[in-house]
Amino acid sequence: MSEMTPPTGSGPLARREARLAWSLLAPTLFAVAAVVILPLLAVFWISFKPVALADLRPPAPVVREDLRGRPEAAGDEGTLRYRLRNSSQDQVIGNVVLTDTWTEGLTVQELDPRCTLEGTAFRCDFGDWEGGFRETLEIPVIVEQGYFDNGVEVDETPVSITGAAQSVLTSGEFTLENFAAIFDGGEFWSVLWVTLFYTVFGTVGALVTGLFAAMLLNHSFAGQGLLRGLFLFPYVAPVIAVAFAWLLLLDPFSGSLNALLVQMGVTDQPINFFGQRPLALITVTSFEIWRYFPLSFLFILARMQSIDTDMYEAADMDGASPFQKFWYLSLPMLLGILSVLFLLRFIWTFNKFDDIFLLTGGNAGTRTLTVNVYEQAFALSNIGAGAAVAVVIFGCLLIFSAVFFKFISREEGL
Amino acid sequence: MRYLRFGYVTAPILGALWLFVIATTVAVAMSFATGAAFRPSVTFSVVLGALLGLAALHLQSARLSAAVAVLGLAASLAVGLAPVVVGEGVGLTARAITALAVGLGTGLPLARVLDEMPTGALTRHEFEGAVLKFLMGFGYIFFTALVVIPFYVMVMTSLKNQSELIQNPLDFSVDLSQGWGLFRSYVELIRDFRFGEYLWTSFYISVLTVFITLAFAIPGAYAVARLRFRGRAAFSRSILLIYMVPMIVLALPIYIAFSMTGLRNSIAGIVMIYPVTTIPVALYMLQGYFRGLPAEIEEAGLMDGLSRLRVIWLITLPLSLPALASVSLYVFMIAWNEFLLAFMLLDDPSKFTLTRGIASLNSSEIPRQHLMAGSVIATLPIMAIFLGLERFMTKGLTAGSVKG
Repeated sequence: MSEMTPPTGSGPLARREARLAWSLLAPTLFAVAAVVILPLLAVFWISFKPVALADLRPPAPVVREDLRGRPEAAGDEGTLRYRLRNSSQDQVIGNVVLTDTWTEGLTVQELDPRCTLEGTAFRCDFGDWEGGFRETLEIPVIVEQGYFDNGVEVDETPVSITGAAQSVLTSGEFTLENFAAIFDGGEFWSVLWVTLFYTVFGTVGALVTGLFAAMLLNHSFAGQGLLRGLFLFPYVAPVIAVAFAWLLLLDPFSGSLNALLVQMGVTDQPINFFGQRPLALITVTSFEIWRYFPLSFLFILARMQSIDTDMYEAADMDGASPFQKFWYLSLPMLLGILSVLFLLRFIWTFNKFDDIFLLTGGNAGTRTLTVNVYEQAFALSNIGAGAAVAVVIFGCLLIFSAVFFKFISREEGL
Repeated sequence: MRYLRFGYVTAPILGALWLFVIATTVAVAMSFATGAAFRPSVTFSVVLGALLGLAALHLQSARLSAAVAVLGLAASLAVGLAPVVVGEGVGLTARAITALAVGLGTGLPLARVLDEMPTGALTRHEFEGAVLKFLMGFGYIFFTALVVIPFYVMVMTSLKNQSELIQNPLDFSVDLSQGWGLFRSYVELIRDFRFGEYLWTSFYISVLTVFITLAFAIPGAYAVARLRFRGRAAFSRSILLIYMVPMIVLALPIYIAFSMTGLRNSIAGIVMIYPVTTIPVALYMLQGYFRGLPAEIEEAGLMDGLSRLRVIWLITLPLSLPALASVSLYVFMIAWNEFLLAFMLLDDPSKFTLTRGIASLNSSEIPRQHLMAGSVIATLPIMAIFLGLERFMTKGLTAGSVKG
C-alpha cells in the first residue's frame, strides 16, 4: 500500500489565483515601472554623463525659405533662397536632407549640384554638417504667369529638413566629472551637515511638539474637536500658501513679527530670519516642525486614546502623581508608535524639497541635498551633476530603508 | 524643590507666570488687531500676578477670582502700573477690552489651577496637578497662537493694500466701510491673473488623479490583501520602499523625458504623473482596509457562483466605501497641494494649476496682497473639504501613514 502524502507544489486553483493576482497588479506594476523604476535607472545613467540643460534639445538642422527680387510680372527674375544652419555650435548633424514642394510657375535657371528637382518635388542632400554650420542656398528662378495665378507664396508650402544628430544622452560617452564636481571642496560636506541638522532636528522637533499637542487634546472638553481640526491646518494647507505666509510674517523690512518684536522691546532692529547664517537654517527647521507636527500629533493622539484607562486608575490607587503616570505609563506605551514615526518622518524629512526651496531657495546656509539637486541641475544648468547628487540621495535612502525595515518589521509585523 | 511645595509659595509663582503669559497673549492679540502699541511688562506682571495668585488661593472661587482680577487690573491700567503697557493714543475702548481680557484670562484659569490647593504644605499629587494644569493652559494658548497667526496674517494681508502694509506691518484692522472693495485683490486675481481658470484646472486635475489612482490601486490592493501568490510579501514591502523615493530624484528624469517628448507644458503630462505618485499610498492604505474585512462574506459570494471580479464589485467595494472616501480625500489633497512637479513641468500661463499660479505671483512687481489672496484661494477649498469631512480626512491621514 502506497503511503499517503500531502500534495506538493501548487495545484490548478492556486495557479489560477496567482494568475488573477498578477493580472490585477499588472497596471500598477506597469505604471510604477514607467514612472519610478525607469527614471531611477535614468538618473544613474545621466549621473555619468556630461549633460547640460542646453543639451536636452538635440541639435537639429534649421531652414528658412523666401523668394527675393520682388518679381511683379511674368518673366521677372527672382532668387529662391534657403537659409540653412545647424542649431548646435559644437555637434555634428549627419545626413541632412531637405525636401520641399515648389509652387507652380517657377522655372529654374541653375540648380545647385546637391539638389534635384522632379516636377515640383525639390530635394537636396547636404551630407554632414559641422557644429556652427551656416549656409545660404540661392537658386535663381524665372517667375511665370502660373505663379501669380495660383497666388501661393513660396513660404506657404512646407519645407522639411531632417538630419541624424547624436544626443549626448544616448551616446557612449561617460564621465566621472559629475561626482568629482559635487564632492569637490568643502561644499558637499556643508550640504550634508545642513541636511542632517534639518532632518534630525526637524524630525525630533515635530515628534516632541506633536506629543505635547496630543497630551493637550487627550481629554474631553468642549471645543476639543474644533481644536483638533485647527491643529491639523498647517499640514492640510498647500505648502506654497503657508510658506509665503511665513515669508511675509518674518520679512525683515515689513514683516509683522519683526514689527511686533521691536515694539515689545525684544530686539532693537529687525531680525533677518531667512537671510543670515545660522538663523536661516533654524527658521527653516522651525517651519518644518510647524508644518509636520500635526502628523505626529494625529498618530500619537490615536495611540493615546487606545490605551486602557484601567491602568491609570490602578496607578491613581497607588498614589502615582501625574508626571509619574506620564513617565512610567504613557511614555512606554507610546514608545512603539514614536519609534515608527521617527523612522518614517526621518526619511521623509530627508527627502523634503518644497519647503526649503520656497522659503530660502537654499541660500544663507540652508542648502540640503534635495535642494542641491535642483541647484546643480537647473540653476547651474548641469543636469549631470544634479543627477549625481540624486544618486547620493538614493544611496543614503537605501541605508535608511535597510534600518527602517529591520525595526519596523518588529514593530508592525509587516 | 521641597520648598516650592507650599500653597503660599506655589500659588504666587504660578500666578506671576500665568499673568505674564496672558499679558503677552493679550498684547500680541491687541497689536495684531489694532496695530497700536501694546507690550507686556515683566515687572508689573510678576508683582500683580503673585498677588492675584494669593487672592485666588484664598477665594477658591472662579467667579470671585475673575471679578477681583478684572477690577484689580482695570485699576492698575488706570494708574499706569499695568501688566500690559499701552502706548499713546490708544482709545478708551481698546484699553477697556485689554483690561477685561487680561482680567478674565487671568482670573478664571488661575482659580481653576489653584482650586483644591491647600495654603500649607502640598502633596506631590497636588503640586504636580497644579503645575500640569498651568502647563496645559499655556499649551492651549501657545499652540493656538502658533497655528492661527500665519493664517491670520495670510487672510488679513489679502484684504489690505501694499502702502498700508508697509506703513504699519502690524495693523491688520480692516476698513469695513469699503464693503465689497475689501475683496478687490481677489477680483483682480480672477479677472487679470486668470485665477478662475487655475482653480478649475487644479480641480479637474485633482479629480482625475483621484479616479485614475483608484482605478489602479483597488485591484492591486485587493490582490495584495486577499490573493495568495508568490512574492506577495516582497511586493507589500516594495510598495513602502517606492513610497520613500524622493520626488526631486524622479522629477529630474521626468523633466528630461517630458522635454524630449513634448509632454512638458501639457495638462496630459501632469495627469499622467500625478496618479503614479499617489498609487503606492492609496494601494498601501486600501490593502490595510481590505485585510480587515471578513473574508467569509467574499467566500460566500464565491460559493454562490460569483467570479472574483464580481465579488470585488458587489461585495468588497460597497463594504469599503468609508475607506474609499478617506483615500479619495487624501489623494485629492496631495494632488491639490502638489507644487514641485507643477512648478517644473508647466511654463505656459494658460495651463497653470493653482499652486503654479501662486508661484508665478512671487515677484517684486506684484503686490503682496495678491500673493496672499492667491494663497487664500488655494487654501480655502481644501480647508472647506477638510472641515466638512474631517472624520474621513483624519482617518485617511492616519492610514496614509506619515507621508508628506
